[in-house]
Amino acid sequence: MVDIHQFITGVEEEFEDMPKGALKPDSIIREHFNWDSINALIFIAHVNVNYNVEITAEDLITSVTIVDLYNIIRSRAENSAAVKTATA
Amino acid sequence: MAIFPLPGIRISGIASAVPRTEYDNRNYEHITEKERELFIKTVGVERRRVAPKGMTTSDLCESAARILLDDLGWSPGEIEILIFISQSRDYIIPATAGILQDKLGLPKTCIAYDISLGCSGYVYGLSVIGSQMLTAGIRKGLLMVGDVSTQTTGVHDKSTFPLFGDGGTVTALELDPGAPPMTFNLQTDGKGFKAIIIPDGGIRNLVTPESFIEEKLAEGIARDRLKIALDGMEVFQFSLREVPPNIRMLMEKTGKTLEEVDFFVLHQANKLMNESIRKKLGIPAEKCPYSIREYGNTSSASIPLTINHVLREQLGNGRVSMVLSGFGVGLSWGSVYVETDRIACPEIIEI
Repeated sequence: MVDIHQFITGVEEEFEDMPKGALKPDSIIREHFNWDSINALIFIAHVNVNYNVEITAEDLITSVTIVDLYNIIRSRAENSAAVKTATA
Repeated sequence: MAIFPLPGIRISGIASAVPRTEYDNRNYEHITEKERELFIKTVGVERRRVAPKGMTTSDLCESAARILLDDLGWSPGEIEILIFISQSRDYIIPATAGILQDKLGLPKTCIAYDISLGCSGYVYGLSVIGSQMLTAGIRKGLLMVGDVSTQTTGVHDKSTFPLFGDGGTVTALELDPGAPPMTFNLQTDGKGFKAIIIPDGGIRNLVTPESFIEEKLAEGIARDRLKIALDGMEVFQFSLREVPPNIRMLMEKTGKTLEEVDFFVLHQANKLMNESIRKKLGIPAEKCPYSIREYGNTSSASIPLTINHVLREQLGNGRVSMVLSGFGVGLSWGSVYVETDRIACPEIIEI
């Protein structure tokens, strides 16, 4: 799993209208994102394609800061890697 | 596991028909201009075809069939099986396939029946008609697939109204011992049956006066119980979870690599969803054609319609290998690896 700064760079590239460098690890998510259904799908698809992790709309809504969301994604990526290693 | 080869069946032609009437989503005033732009850019539907009241899926399929039979030089009397796959049939009773058999002048010795499937219907349909032709020794058959979904969406539901378009298709198949095998991987998860549903009007929930009452469910989403309810998030997650491994398993069975396949024609569900599936599989963009911008999500018609829209020259002039993959309502999904060789592939017909 990438570090949080690379994660943020990826998100900023995905949302073209977002000014580069605007997001920080402690940025409050709802100040930067309006989670209408399409924006939520774009974010969920970005995480799924790049990190092979499934997150839900609930995860987006309940995470307060970017680092909260990053930690959810990282922990799921690590769990899935651990399961793969255990079954290999 | 339903992964299997089907030898000895050749696809001889594919034709598609759409209604002439076009709806431009830039005129969809139920949502703001900004929402419209984001929808067109992300979901990918700019325009779509809408059947006028009274025009059915079978009307579209019939027009496509007349053109295709003519192109192939096949006489209606030679057709021994017709399967119609749709979730927008002419009547509750009887099956639509019989009506088509009569209209097209197919013989009384022809097998004709309906199958109720949506997004996965084309792939399932190829496996059913091909298997039956093979076991019964039937030489020529027609698979008719499509939907008129716009009659069951309402302008007050932004989650479905701008998404769906109408289309009807026909695929001609022939018994041919020399044909390379098609290989299928078909799957189902009925736990998700509510993800795409018209709740009332079947026997479980009969039509009552309450079925017609429009209910506001969220901002921009109001509908009655005779309209399609679509849980976009659920379908999105399901598709990203299930479709890539389904295609990988299929490729393992065929012994071919993804790189060896010329084209991947995915059900035109939603551009963001399809692009995510494509990227997860590592397929280059030029191998993944689209018709969603011009025609929307045309349910089970979307795979053959995309072929007629984008791949006419390639399929008409040479040998092509394709993976076709349908996924959605049911939840039902499936993929097929198929090779075609100079098939009839006429321009999309407008009626």
